[in-house]
Amino acid sequence: MTKSKLNLDTDKIAKARELSKQITAPVQKYIEKHTTVAIERTTLRMIGADGVDSIGVPIPNKVVDQIGDNICYGATKYYINALLKKGLTPEELNIEIANGLDIAKIDFVDFSYIEEKAQELVEAFATKVKANVAYREEKVNKYKEKENSPLLYLIVATGNIYEDVKQAQAAAKQGADIIAVIRTTGQSLLDFVPFGPTTEGFGGTYATQENFKIMRKALDETGEEIGKYIRLVNYCSGLCMPEIAVMGALERLDMMLNDSMYGILFRDINMYRTFVDQKFSRMINSFAGIVINSGEDNYLTTSDAVEKAYTVTASQFINERFAYESGLPAKLMGLGHAFEMNPDIKNGFLLEMAQAQMASEIFPEAPLKYMPPTKYMTGDIFKGLAMNTLFNFIAKSTNQGILLLGMLTEAIHTPFMQDRFLGVANAKYVLNNIADFSDDIEYKKDGIMQTRAKVVLDETIEFLEEINKTDLFNAIETKMFAEVSRPKNGGKGLSGVAEKAKDYYNPFYTYLENELNIVKEGNQL
Amino acid sequence: MMIRPYGDTLNDGAVQMSFTLPVAHSAKADEAAIIFGKKLGFKEVEVVHSNPLSDEFTFFVVYGKTEISIDYDKVVVEEVEKSLDFYGVNNFIKENIKRKIVVVGACSGTDAHTVGIDAIMNMKGFDQHYGLERYPMIEAFNLGAQVPNEDLIKKAIELKADAILISQIVTQKDVHIQNLTEFIELLEAEGLRSKMVVCAGGPRIGNKLALELGYDAGFGRGTYPENVASFIVEKMHERGVK
Repeated sequence: MTKSKLNLDTDKIAKARELSKQITAPVQKYIEKHTTVAIERTTLRMIGADGVDSIGVPIPNKVVDQIGDNICYGATKYYINALLKKGLTPEELNIEIANGLDIAKIDFVDFSYIEEKAQELVEAFATKVKANVAYREEKVNKYKEKENSPLLYLIVATGNIYEDVKQAQAAAKQGADIIAVIRTTGQSLLDFVPFGPTTEGFGGTYATQENFKIMRKALDETGEEIGKYIRLVNYCSGLCMPEIAVMGALERLDMMLNDSMYGILFRDINMYRTFVDQKFSRMINSFAGIVINSGEDNYLTTSDAVEKAYTVTASQFINERFAYESGLPAKLMGLGHAFEMNPDIKNGFLLEMAQAQMASEIFPEAPLKYMPPTKYMTGDIFKGLAMNTLFNFIAKSTNQGILLLGMLTEAIHTPFMQDRFLGVANAKYVLNNIADFSDDIEYKKDGIMQTRAKVVLDETIEFLEEINKTDLFNAIETKMFAEVSRPKNGGKGLSGVAEKAKDYYNPFYTYLENELNIVKEGNQL
Repeated sequence: MMIRPYGDTLNDGAVQMSFTLPVAHSAKADEAAIIFGKKLGFKEVEVVHSNPLSDEFTFFVVYGKTEISIDYDKVVVEEVEKSLDFYGVNNFIKENIKRKIVVVGACSGTDAHTVGIDAIMNMKGFDQHYGLERYPMIEAFNLGAQVPNEDLIKKAIELKADAILISQIVTQKDVHIQNLTEFIELLEAEGLRSKMVVCAGGPRIGNKLALELGYDAGFGRGTYPENVASFIVEKMHERGVK
């Protein structure tokens, strides 16, 4: 990290962090007392529950339905009990369940047997994920020199996983470091994860474990061919946040879009459900070495990027705190922001650069994810290309970690293959041409950029203070974020939240808490 | 007046194109791009730049000259009914209604499929078209699925709704028609029909069917949030709502 260009007041930054801690504390308390259907399904997947029945209902969903209100005791013991009683492997048990076996109706064996078996299953899961982490580390280190800085991020979204593979491999060959497969519209609102390879989607491709596997294999192949480790991204958001996380951990995804509040604000998913789910999903991501990408860019497509810049910074602080509470280290926090100011603003570039530099100075270890212009992109592809160049300039000169490449045809259609090529070519030109620009310049004292950053940081603190006064739940209900009101008991998925019973049992959750050194709100640091 | 594209001289017919061909980058690929340009009817076709996109694809920037010209005097534009966009709708409300408008939406009756109403109302919207919740001049309330018609009306009264949107995805045994009819009858019984803009939507719901059932409009497949918003605000303005 180079020395501060913005001359930010470190006491103020510390104050914002302290406020975020206070803001998230009551939420953590709530999280600790609750589980959700998604968390239970996730745990079942960690044991080995997988597959679907004859009408396509996933086994984890079937089991959770069988257990019903008793999920407050944790689904794990039911599944493990069935394994022991029937003397089956998870694969065999899945078939029995698909054929109609109700595991909630089986008498329990002595609990010590369940605990013993659980330990074996937790270890099997952990070994698999640790092997993935080790493989990734080895490849990343081996091919480090070929990586771009920031990492270049490209999106594919055909709806057909096999077509996605072709486009993704081409994008990797053109120079992308990261490939994201966009999900089909509305998957975030499904309370189950579809199964198997899929070839139809709208505006994207279903996130399924099989699709993850297919893309992972393809990118590994291309990576070996060009001597680079290609990172794969999907979406750990919506009603199946932790389930997608565990699938990603098993199939060695490298990044996940994963925001603590996005689902609430932009997808109208219930806030309690989201908060409880996001924690477990982030614990899994952390354990699997997966970089999360938060969704602050979305605030700016809703609100004005100049007036509401502080909402982005405030959300970054809150996302950072929630991430720490889930055991996620700063190096895995791809906190988000975006280049979304109106291009007609005089000195807009300076304001954008101040914002990006500020994020980089406040979160020096985080691989910040910088999102390209979308809101003011038009059919004028030539102007769009120019805007993307300025965006790339800021990304490089403010040391962003992840650069989501702008597409000159953003406002027109899903990218043509050539659009991605032009996006990469543009970025590579800028990255090389201003390689050491950041080290070579200082910002003028009390100039436009320093002043701007100071104002936004002050506004951020003011905003965090207001939230803290009312509490986060009320703040969301009273439209303090993204100008939308989400009632506490509204939105999707609340019925899937259950208060944990005293003897709630989830050996996987407990294992991850210990591995990640998570401090519980009850015995606060 | 006969016209033709203008490069740097009147009537030179110069056109700039870029496209990708699914072949490896090579001299043969460049030649193929030239032949393709000629087949499009261009003369003096020139590949000014070509670049491999992968082992199987090549990108070209091509110039050509066309001899085709058109008679500008004979060009007629059809007046299409154009829907306002996101900004247009908000400005229209600011200028004409001068207050935020309230829109309540739900999947009423037994229908549990919120995909349609979510696409229109959710902040995120779909296919890069923002939902009504994102419109600064619209207070949008999405009540979700399986909302009984009575509750929907009660809620609309409580929120002082200017418009109600009903989504119906399930159309088995014409269940949607019964439900939509019941809703309108209830609304009329409450004496509210003329006070609100009422729209129905769903993959099998067209404008014609909706009008027959007593709605102000029906929106089928391919509808974007701004189409619905546009209709609501223009209808309100037409009715002189302030």
